[in-house]
Amino acid sequence: MTGAPPPGGSALDLARSVRDGSTSAAEVVERHLSAIDAVDGELHAFVTVLHDGARAEAAAVDRAVAAGEDPGPLAGVPVAVKDNLCTRGVPTTCSSRILEGWCPPYDATVVERLRAAGAVVIGKTNLDEFAMGSSTENSAFGPTRNPHDPSRVPGGSSGGSAAAVAAGLAPLALGSDTGGSIRQPAALCGVVGMKPTYGAVSRYGLVAFASSLDQVGPLTTTVADSALLFDVIGGQDRRDSTCLERPSPRCTAALSEGVQGLRVGVLTELVEGADDAVAAAVRQAADALVAGGAGLEECSIPELRHGLSAYYLLAPAEASSNLARYDGVRYGLRVEADTVEEMNARTRAAGFGPEVKRRIMLGTYALSAGYYDAYYGQAQKVRTLILNAFDRAYQRFDVLLGATSPTTAFALGARVDDPWAMYMSDVCTVPSNLAGHPAMSLPFGTDGAGLPVGVQVLAPALGEPVMFRAAAVLEDAAPARTLPRVRAT
Amino acid sequence: MAAEPRLTRDDAAYVARLARIDLTDEELDRYAGQLATVLGHAADIAALDTEGVEPTAHPLPLRNVTRPDEPQPSLDRAEVLAQAPAVEDSRFRVPRILAEAP
Repeated sequence: MTGAPPPGGSALDLARSVRDGSTSAAEVVERHLSAIDAVDGELHAFVTVLHDGARAEAAAVDRAVAAGEDPGPLAGVPVAVKDNLCTRGVPTTCSSRILEGWCPPYDATVVERLRAAGAVVIGKTNLDEFAMGSSTENSAFGPTRNPHDPSRVPGGSSGGSAAAVAAGLAPLALGSDTGGSIRQPAALCGVVGMKPTYGAVSRYGLVAFASSLDQVGPLTTTVADSALLFDVIGGQDRRDSTCLERPSPRCTAALSEGVQGLRVGVLTELVEGADDAVAAAVRQAADALVAGGAGLEECSIPELRHGLSAYYLLAPAEASSNLARYDGVRYGLRVEADTVEEMNARTRAAGFGPEVKRRIMLGTYALSAGYYDAYYGQAQKVRTLILNAFDRAYQRFDVLLGATSPTTAFALGARVDDPWAMYMSDVCTVPSNLAGHPAMSLPFGTDGAGLPVGVQVLAPALGEPVMFRAAAVLEDAAPARTLPRVRAT
Repeated sequence: MAAEPRLTRDDAAYVARLARIDLTDEELDRYAGQLATVLGHAADIAALDTEGVEPTAHPLPLRNVTRPDEPQPSLDRAEVLAQAPAVEDSRFRVPRILAEAP
């Protein structure tokens, strides 16, 4: 059985038909705006829908086509952009009250590159406040719902982007992934989500959460669209000093190379805690790679068992520092008071939601005198242990395979009162962020309730091409996807 | 796993002051408990032997990056200031910083 065509059509197909004139960008954008207007009341994938902006951008693409100019590889394709990516003159909220109404004076580099490729920014998507969460329930503007079952979460923190793509409201979306925030919602919504190598994509204009872990990446319906979007947004940027000098490897070319002779490791630590249906999907995916000619072995990296603890010290520590900038002075909310310090403290109390406060408190504690070595310093050393262990594994394997999330989509409210239970959602995804490695999730069957299951392919730094080779084979072998209950019609 | 560290309301209040967040007593009590739970889970790494292991602050080897020193347009001042909560004479306005002498 081969994968069913995605509900909204692939971006590659859409761009082709806009480029050859068989459809117009204006038609494509109208169709997607109508779909958003019809179903987003129920899903709440978007914080802001850019009706006028999208129409204007589509008209520009159509003018380029009519003038015989090259409109770019994403000509007329609507893209949903996570609302922690800056868009000039368009509200960028991070789903936080503290930034409500803020309009950045510049575009993120990835947004500039989308437009240069002919894409149309159709809206800004909902997220857990400042990307802190695994369910999109931490949004100050209300949760996003899973298109496959609106009583369940879409995952997070890029839950709005994942839900928008799953429901066919946009063929492409951008998310950000600090500990799994692209891959986990992709798994829970049944779409393809990819976290690039740290530094492969510019972070300029991505509102910082944990700077040594954050990375922007694509959410798409197909593996080919994922490679295309990654190729468009990747590469050096003079405005991000951590952005890698070498150009990103072109991944679209690698898609058809197959997995003959690849050495694949099934990562014990990324399967052992997973639900039966999820573990079964990983085994089935492994069989598919063997059928494609890959060699398969079990691989255990025991150091990964410490990944979640290290992550939940390092990420909050970096966040507590990054979010110090929300002080009521230069932008966003201000609650007036007589002194600067009181104004800062009241502004932050009123502007941040409970999870953001919790992480700032945790990070501040982990960095405070007397605890720095025991918590933050020790977590940094564990990060070294994990990097070294991955390096040893990649001497034996080209790619590793595991679950993306230990469970399928859970019910709204199920984990909100138990922070550690929510943090456990990220146990399979944080290791790649700590290591700075690329990893992607793609749909592979469903559980007993018909909810999507994601399997995860991991690769070493700058191993995107080999990762995409494996993903393309898995996509072809995957069981037919189920259509979401809430979707564009 | 080691025991959860104990955090009091006063401990939480100290951290909240460092973080410049004005929390209620009810929030302080809740966060004291939740922080202790998360730190309890982190106790497994606090107990690891990491003798001789270098810390990693960043996944890539970082080097200094330079570019030609060419003038570039900056962000538009009016556009930036338009986003500020309070502005006076093209500057960000804040409450008095220096207190009157006691």
